[in-house]
Amino acid sequence: MSKMTLKIEGDTHVIVTRRFNAPPEAVYRAHTDSKLIRKWLLGPEGWTMPVCINEATPGGKIRYEWSDGKGHGFFLTGEYLELEPYNRIVHVERMHLPDPTPDNHVETRFDMDGYGTLMTIRMTLPDTQTRAAMLATGMERGMEASYVRLEEMI
Amino acid sequence: MDLDVAFAALADPTRRAILARLAKGEASVNELAEPFEMTQPAISQHLKVLEEAGLVVRRVEGTKRPRRLAKAGIEAMDQWLLMLRKALEKNYDRLDEVLAGMEKHKKGAKR
Repeated sequence: MSKMTLKIEGDTHVIVTRRFNAPPEAVYRAHTDSKLIRKWLLGPEGWTMPVCINEATPGGKIRYEWSDGKGHGFFLTGEYLELEPYNRIVHVERMHLPDPTPDNHVETRFDMDGYGTLMTIRMTLPDTQTRAAMLATGMERGMEASYVRLEEMI
Repeated sequence: MDLDVAFAALADPTRRAILARLAKGEASVNELAEPFEMTQPAISQHLKVLEEAGLVVRRVEGTKRPRRLAKAGIEAMDQWLLMLRKALEKNYDRLDEVLAGMEKHKKGAKR
C-alpha cells in the first residue's frame, strides 16, 4: 500500500505526506530519538547510519552520517528551531556532498488521524534552482537502490 | 531512450544541474555556464554527453546554439524522481515496522 505523496508547491516548496498506523506521540518520538531514527532513516537497502546526533531541543544540533559499507558515504547537518511535542517540529538541514547544499527549511506536522497519524512535511528551499538540484541529488540515492535491485535480479 | 546511456549521463552532479536548469526553459551555453563557475569548454563537454545520450537538443539561431531539454530528457528526470520517491517510501516502510515494534514494547511493559 503506497500511502506517501510527494509534490512540489509554488516555486520553492516540496510537500510530503504519509499516514502511519500509530499515534502522533510515537511518530514524533521516532523522529527525535537517535536510537529509533537510525533504524529507519536509511534510504536504499544496504545503507547504515554510523553517526546519529539528534539534540531535540530548540537550537539543538542534528548530524546524520550515512555509509554504504563499501567506502561511500555522505552526511547531513542541521539545527532545530521549534519543537512542539508531539505535534510539530521545525528545523533547517543541509547535505554535505561534500560541499554543503543551501539550507532546506523543514516543518514537520503530526496530526491525529483516527487512531493513526497524518504526517505532513513542508520543505522550503531558497529558490527554484536549489529545489531542482535537491530533487536531482535525491535521485542519485534512489539510483543506488535501483542498482541494488538490478544486482538482485542478475 | 537507452536507460543505461541516460543514467550514465546523469551520473554527474553538474549534468543533473544542467538538466534541472533546462527544465525551466531553453538556455544558451553562456547562460548554462554562469551558475557553475566552470569554463565554457567544460560546460560544452557536459552538454556533448547529454546530447549524445539524447537528453538535450540544440537549435541553430544565427551564430548561437541554444539548448533545450529533449523529450527523453524529461522522461529521464521523471524516472529519477520516481526512484527518489521509492527511496523515501522505503524509509517510511521501515518506520512502519519501528512503530509496530514500539507499540508491542509498550503493551509488553504494561503487563
